[in-house]
Amino acid sequence: MTVTATTPGSAATLARLRDEEGRPALVGYLPIGFPDVQRSVEALNTLVDHGVDMIELGLPYTDPVMDGPTIQAAAQQALDSGTRVRDLFPVVEAVASRGVPVLVMTYWNLVLRYGVDAFASDLAGAGGAGLITPDLIPDEAGRWIAASEAHGLDRVFLVAPSSTPERLALTARASRGFVYAASTMGVTGERTQVGARAEQLVADTRAAGAEHVCVGLGVSTGVQAAQVGRFADGVIVGSAFVRPLLGDAPWTDRLTALAAVTEDLASGVRSARAGSTGDSSTTSGETS
Amino acid sequence: MTDETRAPGTTSGTSAALTARLADVQGPYFGEFGGRFVPEALIAALDEVETEYRKALGDPAFTDELARLHRDYVGRPSPLTEVQRFAAHAGGARVFLKREDLNHTGSHKINNVLGQALLVKRMGKKRLIAETGAGQHGVATATAAALMDLECVIYMGEEDTRRQALNVARMRLLGAEVIPVTIGSRTLKDAINEALRDWVANVETTHYLLGTVTGPHPFPEMVREFHRIIGEEARGQVLERTGRLPDAVAACVGGGSNALGIFNAFLDDDGVALFGFEAGGEGVETGRHAARFSGGAPGVLHGARSYLMQDDDGQTLPSHSVSAGLDYPSVGPAHSWLHDLGRATYEPVTDVEAMDAFRLLCRTEGIIPAIESAHALAGALRVGRAAEAEGRTGPDGLPYTILVNLSGRGDKDVATAARWFGLLDADAGEDLENKEGRA
Repeated sequence: MTVTATTPGSAATLARLRDEEGRPALVGYLPIGFPDVQRSVEALNTLVDHGVDMIELGLPYTDPVMDGPTIQAAAQQALDSGTRVRDLFPVVEAVASRGVPVLVMTYWNLVLRYGVDAFASDLAGAGGAGLITPDLIPDEAGRWIAASEAHGLDRVFLVAPSSTPERLALTARASRGFVYAASTMGVTGERTQVGARAEQLVADTRAAGAEHVCVGLGVSTGVQAAQVGRFADGVIVGSAFVRPLLGDAPWTDRLTALAAVTEDLASGVRSARAGSTGDSSTTSGETS
Repeated sequence: MTDETRAPGTTSGTSAALTARLADVQGPYFGEFGGRFVPEALIAALDEVETEYRKALGDPAFTDELARLHRDYVGRPSPLTEVQRFAAHAGGARVFLKREDLNHTGSHKINNVLGQALLVKRMGKKRLIAETGAGQHGVATATAAALMDLECVIYMGEEDTRRQALNVARMRLLGAEVIPVTIGSRTLKDAINEALRDWVANVETTHYLLGTVTGPHPFPEMVREFHRIIGEEARGQVLERTGRLPDAVAACVGGGSNALGIFNAFLDDDGVALFGFEAGGEGVETGRHAARFSGGAPGVLHGARSYLMQDDDGQTLPSHSVSAGLDYPSVGPAHSWLHDLGRATYEPVTDVEAMDAFRLLCRTEGIIPAIESAHALAGALRVGRAAEAEGRTGPDGLPYTILVNLSGRGDKDVATAARWFGLLDADAGEDLENKEGRA
């Protein structure tokens, strides 16, 4: 990757991978400040070096209701190490300089407290691509929609298997970049199976007007990434990247383990559509 | 049972009559507070709850059954008790207690729980989950689940399971599963986080029986509706007893359900001062408190925008109170609205003030209050003394009259109180004497 002055948005990256490489994106999540700010940058660089296409940077929060035990533990360590919201922007800048889109996953109160427009301005200034907002639905997002328009940022809202067709349409309209489809009813965490409902949800979300749909929750292996990547524009992985970084092993060993997990998932998205061109209409047919 | 209890010739509703009644405001917003800041996965369920609850309130099959349970199971109407010996410490005011402590399960919580549990039966769900702080809401929920044959899981902070061990046993006796929450601050806030995570995963089979007027719409409005009976009864009872409305109404405010329940019947009576008493803990200046209106600022937690104890980054700050039920860093959005409107006044009451009032009610009236409710009692003493100091009385020189919501009984708090007052030690008497000096 070459360093670019402005990194592409998530939609451009998803379209490029689909059209030029015939594959979905691997979206990698890690919280900033875990285990501390400096080492979190090293971990993010490891993801980029080993095949992640887009980064989802988590802002640690005291009350993460959409996160399971693995990410809760990482967020708690980040807070315990003194991570502040303002630490986010230099990290965004460092990762964005690698040429990958950087989205920030944050619970809403942190943005409200910072100031919605100030946050958008500082994120855009650091080269960030946009926000993923797990506890902000479009109905409550008036100020964020205005700020993201003003600063050219992506707005990634979530849909769930329980979303009605009306809400899928509302969310598809309000989103910019892609729509985050929660594969299953539940919080973040590794699962042995990713629900069959994910494929239906992606199809329904596309039918409701979404150009790009990425799937998250539960994916932890290359095999699962390949399965989900057959029908999704991107595969979002979080807990499986956090897990090798937990514990007391020497940091370099933890990074080595993270690299191995990353390569497994990266090979998964690269094999997702190999030899299944007959399927491609379900993954690219809806787009303009 | 509402309008006929409104007395003619009182000070009620002169300006409010020209606009919508404050008592009937509907969500999702109370002024700029409230909303639905939750994962999309929950929206369909919240819509279902809202639709079913509005239908149910208009359906006699539902309202009649709820009224029957209130009468035959809870023991409503709860009495109104004038407490003259206690009031002797309140600057010459008359003090009336609305006795929610005498409800089945020992607090006001049962009003909301029965309403929502009946709703769950209508929706055809089989599993209830709930959070609890002091344990009162957990006990009430476990009770309703037993009565209505529903599976029941209660999330409770590990710190609270220790403070309220007796209530943990009560819930288990009633057949509920109690899950101690061992993450975060291990109190009510973290119990709500775990309940929300459970609900996101199991929303198709499960109802989250939220215990107070917080959370995403429609909970703040719906829980107020199930508790408005407190104020409606009390209003009629005070009118019957004194021939006029009270000058002040006092209640403790954690999430704020008992306070909103009693305030609601008086919101549109401009002459009735409303006081909510928050947990001042060890003193607002120490930072160890749960006084959201003194030490907080508007923010989002658990689905609603409201006053919130938070740091400069928006991270939730830990709250503190001797009372588990008031130990919560946010507050129901309707209270934030009433605060900003200036319609209700919110003040902190410290642990020491609350425990002094706790003991005073025990000694003067033979009533052991919940420590939560003791915050309202301490506040009432303060309001009565201030009225005396400022020479305020009722109309025509009648005594200043204060209505206090005695939201719960103190059986669950006996161990805490015994430790506080040193009643279990050999030198208990001496300890009591020392603390007596502060009363």
